[in-house]
Amino acid sequence: MSAITFAVQLLNGVQYGLVLFLVASGLTLVFGILGVINLAHGAFYMLGAYFAWWIAAYTGSFLMALIGGVALSFMLGLLLENVFVRRLYGRDHLAQVLLSFGLILVVDELRQILFGKDVYSVKPPPWLEGSIQLTDNLSYPVYRLALCLFCLVLAALIFYVIQRTKLGMIIRAGAENRDMTRALGIPFDSVNRYVFAGGIALAALGGILVSPISTVYPGMGDGMLILSFVVVVLGGIGSVAGAAIGALLIGLTDTFGKVFFPQVSSILIYVLMAGVLLWRPNGILGKREA
Amino acid sequence: MTELLAIRSLSGFYGASQVLHDVSFSVRRGEQVALLGRNGMGKTTLMKSIIGLLGDRRGGITINKLDMINAKPEAIAQAGVAYVPEGRGVFGSLNVVENLVMAARAGADGRRDWTLDRVFEVFPRLHQRRGNGGHQLSGGEQQMLSIGRALMTNPDLILIDEATEGLAPLVAQEIWRTLGVIRDEGIATIVVDKDLRSLSKIVDRTVLLSKGQIVFEGAPSELLAQPLLLEKHLGV
Repeated sequence: MSAITFAVQLLNGVQYGLVLFLVASGLTLVFGILGVINLAHGAFYMLGAYFAWWIAAYTGSFLMALIGGVALSFMLGLLLENVFVRRLYGRDHLAQVLLSFGLILVVDELRQILFGKDVYSVKPPPWLEGSIQLTDNLSYPVYRLALCLFCLVLAALIFYVIQRTKLGMIIRAGAENRDMTRALGIPFDSVNRYVFAGGIALAALGGILVSPISTVYPGMGDGMLILSFVVVVLGGIGSVAGAAIGALLIGLTDTFGKVFFPQVSSILIYVLMAGVLLWRPNGILGKREA
Repeated sequence: MTELLAIRSLSGFYGASQVLHDVSFSVRRGEQVALLGRNGMGKTTLMKSIIGLLGDRRGGITINKLDMINAKPEAIAQAGVAYVPEGRGVFGSLNVVENLVMAARAGADGRRDWTLDRVFEVFPRLHQRRGNGGHQLSGGEQQMLSIGRALMTNPDLILIDEATEGLAPLVAQEIWRTLGVIRDEGIATIVVDKDLRSLSKIVDRTVLLSKGQIVFEGAPSELLAQPLLLEKHLGV
């Protein structure tokens, strides 16, 4: 493998990992702070992609699809938290699994009613079409590079909010001790609502961003849900930094696994997860048991 | 002094088990009250009832004349009550400054007397450790942080559960000194602690709990003058 081919695969792995991070960070925030296992997270990834296709088809603008898709998903998240999810806080995991599984069925049915079961494609913005020529016979799509950059900026923004703002401090405090946070006068119900809606919006954003490089199809969120859970477990439940490390590890392992070990590539990420959990049972940045 | 907290016929339950029985007392603005009793007599449950962390509580609780018996903890805190729990409740993943800043807000009447600088003035040790995570602090430092964090909410009343439990004598002295500062600021406190001698120097009134009921209420000097009561309910 030449250096340039290696660099392309590295870029692919990083780009895959960054998208995975966006989706998984939403899942880990909801899991870590609200204590809710949201099996429907992948369904919202799919819904985001369909929103993108739908809005882009009407407006002809990917940018509008991006903004509109995220806004719609965020509002849907607020509604779902208010009507259903808030009843799950403190309940056992079975109740959470049942409700979120029900949400998968509802979202899928909604997708069927609104968009049908056809496979769609979404065009990237015209200024991000085309490729950069790397060698005589090797090029790299501009959209993928822009996607990496966008995800990096967004990841930096997420880290800034979590680590440097008062909201982030409250979110971290709430993940550690919800009762104490409430006893300090922080309206944690509102925080929960926005964290859940933010998590849904991040899942949808992942779907929107990959829609120009993948196709939009029913069930596209199923694989993403499983991978996101692997990332969350690998990185440590509730840790956004852990999700970033886990997502990049998965992205690179999957990409290079397909290149170097194609026969066993499908199990490599699970081997990685098992290895990491043997080393650190609570994930890479997970909290240690007292 | 006007009435700040009024508790009327309060009962508290953990599931089917009743822990508080018909508890009634009040705290005036700026008043210092010691809540005494042996372990398991309902002191922590009473504190949790006041701050709203006990799910099943019945009777009456008013704070600044607002009915709070069914209020959520955040509403009670916003009405002017701060809570320093047993075990301190410091956020281990946040550093000292973050622990203080995340709680900062104006008091119920809009006051902003307590700022980060002011808390560091009262607890210079916290200033030295400002970049350290909550989990890296000693027990005494955690207690200072928990009290400092309560002050950052500019409260009218602070509930301090087990103020000096497990602390070295010198550190405990520092906590008592701080409670004196809080008293001088006109902030009311309800303090739970086993050190009756130190408590009696700073509080105006003592409330003695036994099996979830108040068995004595009065000035510290009155309580200290009743050795039989002390022996029976406090073992001193």
